[in-house]
Amino acid sequence: MIRLPRKLTILWILLAAALLWPLFSWGLVHAIWSADLEACRAARGIGACWGVIVEKHRLLLFGRYPFEEQWRPLLATLLIIAVLCAACWRQRWQLRFAALAGLALLLAVALMRGDIGGLSPVPTKLWGGLPLTLLVSLGGTLLAFPLAVLLALGRRSSLPLLRSLCVAYIELIRGVPLISLLFMAAFLFPLLLPTAWRLDILPRVIVSIAAFAAAYLAEVIRGGLQAIPAGQLLAARALGMRTWQALLWIVLPQALRKALPALVNSFVGIFKDSSLISIVSLHELTGALSLALGGDADWRSFYLEGYLFIAFIYWAFCFALSRVGKGLETAR
Amino acid sequence: MHGISLRRLSLTLPLLLASLLATPAHAGKTLDVIKARGNIQCGVSTGVAGFSLPDSQGNWSGFDVDLCRGIAAAVLGDANKVSFVPLNSQQRFSAIQSGEVDVLARNTTWTLNRDASLGLSFTGVTYYDGQGFLVPKKLKVTSAKQLKNAEVCVQSGTTNEKNLADYFRSQGIKIKPVVFEGFEASFKAFFSGRCQAYTTDISGLAGVRNKEAKNPDEYVILPEVISKEPLGPAVRRGDDEWFAIVRWVAFALIEAEEYGITRANVDRIRAENKDPAIGRLLGSTEDSGKLLGLDRDWAYRSIKAVGNYGEIFARNVGPESVLKLPRGLNNLWNKGGILYAPPVR
Amino acid sequence: MLRPLLRWLPQILLLCLLALLLGWLGHNVLEHMRERGIRAGFDFLLDPAGFEIGEGLLAYDASQPMWRAFLTGSLNTLRVALPAIFLATLLGVLIGLGRLAEHPLLRRLCGALVETLRNIPLLLQLLICYFALTGLLPEASNALAPLPSVLISKSGLFLPALDCSAACTLDLPLTEGFGISGGWSLSPEFLAVLIALSLYSAVFIAEIVRGGIQSVARGQIDAARALGMRPLQVLREVVFPLALRAIVPPLGNQYLNLIKNSSLAVAVGYPELVSVANTSLNQTGRAFECIVIVMAVYLTLSLITAALVNLYNARVALRGTR
Repeated sequence: MIRLPRKLTILWILLAAALLWPLFSWGLVHAIWSADLEACRAARGIGACWGVIVEKHRLLLFGRYPFEEQWRPLLATLLIIAVLCAACWRQRWQLRFAALAGLALLLAVALMRGDIGGLSPVPTKLWGGLPLTLLVSLGGTLLAFPLAVLLALGRRSSLPLLRSLCVAYIELIRGVPLISLLFMAAFLFPLLLPTAWRLDILPRVIVSIAAFAAAYLAEVIRGGLQAIPAGQLLAARALGMRTWQALLWIVLPQALRKALPALVNSFVGIFKDSSLISIVSLHELTGALSLALGGDADWRSFYLEGYLFIAFIYWAFCFALSRVGKGLETAR
Repeated sequence: MHGISLRRLSLTLPLLLASLLATPAHAGKTLDVIKARGNIQCGVSTGVAGFSLPDSQGNWSGFDVDLCRGIAAAVLGDANKVSFVPLNSQQRFSAIQSGEVDVLARNTTWTLNRDASLGLSFTGVTYYDGQGFLVPKKLKVTSAKQLKNAEVCVQSGTTNEKNLADYFRSQGIKIKPVVFEGFEASFKAFFSGRCQAYTTDISGLAGVRNKEAKNPDEYVILPEVISKEPLGPAVRRGDDEWFAIVRWVAFALIEAEEYGITRANVDRIRAENKDPAIGRLLGSTEDSGKLLGLDRDWAYRSIKAVGNYGEIFARNVGPESVLKLPRGLNNLWNKGGILYAPPVR
Repeated sequence: MLRPLLRWLPQILLLCLLALLLGWLGHNVLEHMRERGIRAGFDFLLDPAGFEIGEGLLAYDASQPMWRAFLTGSLNTLRVALPAIFLATLLGVLIGLGRLAEHPLLRRLCGALVETLRNIPLLLQLLICYFALTGLLPEASNALAPLPSVLISKSGLFLPALDCSAACTLDLPLTEGFGISGGWSLSPEFLAVLIALSLYSAVFIAEIVRGGIQSVARGQIDAARALGMRPLQVLREVVFPLALRAIVPPLGNQYLNLIKNSSLAVAVGYPELVSVANTSLNQTGRAFECIVIVMAVYLTLSLITAALVNLYNARVALRGTR
């Protein structure tokens, strides 16, 4: 605890009050809650128009996904959220849970894609909104994870060539902004692959997010590895395990457990970063907003409310996840 | 020592990824690919009124959209066998280069630079446009030359951006461009009052003014047209067969207007026709399709599906549509315009 | 004999594999380019750019070569990143101190601010900032003037500037026609990026500052107080110098992040490096070259920042061991 000069304290609090009060009066007291355009126009500048969310919530949440099929992304979103919630429950971490979670995620993707079980196929370019944000960030992380483990092990390996390759990759990726990788996905990937492999923009973007996230995750995992005493590996070797067995069964599980809070934080970062894919015109949450409001001259004036709604969704997810991360930190 | 296990893992991972992500399509000639796939991938804008705009159900309509439908009708016999791929101005060229789309019908200007260095070929001009300015009426501006010191909203990656610089430099007037990534972001900024003027092709201005403004009467398009913007479809370079098909479908639709063949009367004219030129076009007397690798009814199906050029124009951008654009240059050569299709013969 | 072989063989194999992969990708690119007649190479940097850039430190116009455009863009990146670093540090220290304050209300407020801002994507905050600046402010023709000759409007912030080209005179901004001319102007795009970047980075810096100060042993502070130091004095003379060692390395990381995050400015049309690269990518079709330039510039900036932080770090650490 630090004692600050009283004047500074009072100044801070007054400033906050001066900012918060108008926000409160605009956002709650004078707000319009129904999708009533006339009322919203009348209240402009005095109260928020949350009616715009009521009016446009389907486009905001699911993007351009075919209207009468939108129960599918809804179900997929709920599935993913359920998996995320279950994953926070520590006692459940067994192989069986991992398998179930994987199955649920696959089911979510299948629901979105359709073309099986009598569901009509929906091309990825029509996906959007919250399920897309979740799929991109989750898919990116899951793809990044194995690569990150390899990079972290490689960086600590005694083989000089391997080590420098891993270091080079990690430092290169960490030195450039994600957006340059996304541009690569949008403009360069198609040239890198043979014409016959026509890759959709969505998997391209997921791969580049994974490539980006892997460098950051690798550093987190390296931190975990460094915390494991060298004796562990030696003891395992003395028991007759091969090095890779010792790494896989002894060192990695402990290192990952140590790195867990940081890993959760990294996931929060990826979740936030997924908003960048709207720059390469995928309509995830941020992009769906311009889809919902950009083409509608009547409601376009209430962009701010739309932004705040989406900001709230991001906030809710990130806040909950970072709380989980914090919980893991103290649980140890 | 533990390099061995790593190597084993690092070997399998890329292979795994590749096998997971790759969806092999058929390589080869575009036409064969399209026939095998059963639909045409048509690259369109992310939403320009009159040219390509999806409604809330995801059904596309517009001038460029109809052109793609016409091609699908000619090639596959069904105007609905098109899947529209919305592309922003940045993605459009890489999409056509990589084969993500078969044809790019995205109000794209034909320029030397694009034709020569981007790996695509323009098949012809389907809409003669020019760049103009939209300003709020309340500024009382009547000419672009009065825009001294003004901020002008423009979309990046377009010919408009370069024309803007060229025009005002030649006029010796200093303006400030405010450049936006997307079409929608650029006009949104203009309507919010960020800029005093908005620039894009006249057809785009008409769409923005009539469709996106809260009150269209508050805005006016200035008389100056500062550039030539010949818009037309483009295909990937190196496939002459497909190039010819896209090019001649457009010509056939123009020629149909010349002969007065419309969606309504095409069946009757085909049955009663005595004119050999019309017989060639509609395939009733001569088979013009085999030269293109299509069957003899190709142009007939196209006209039947989307109508002739005049009908497409009227439906999407003409005086009766939201855009209310006059035919102007886009009229037939014998009616005061410059549309002149080479004969189908 | 066998051991070195076992050591090197897998590494060489890996290298070969990598070379093979890169070769295959390169082959594909060349194949595509040959097939479609796409031009490649960096020669386009010498061609005239042909597009204007709205603002910048250098005199630039469309007739200048492309590399000047890239330079203008890079300088624009720095033009927003450096002031943002300064502001973020200032705010970050204030918020970080606020989170440790004895006053519970102040502590909670600062905590809420941190939890709000850091859980919302920067891109969204940037868009909100931009929307607020261009949507809520009056138009240039009837700009707000909170102080004489300070104009705020949708066209940005205009301040008086000192013009010393001939004799030193004060260049005052004036409403002229529908625009504002003269003075020192900051566009709303610039301001939005500056505000959003500073705030977003500030909350991360605040957490670093808090952690650093918490790492200072309690006894040190108590001792300083017992010596009769005033609160600000305790902070300045005891807490900060000690906390600095824990703060500097992660702080450097945050600065790096801030510089990289400035690339999001492309979303609101501030003409920094990525935005310029994006434009020229479209005008010339040289996707590969433009992306390589962007990456190279950011890598250089990252390396320079890392070097500076290390240098500073070494000095701080040295003082600690003395």
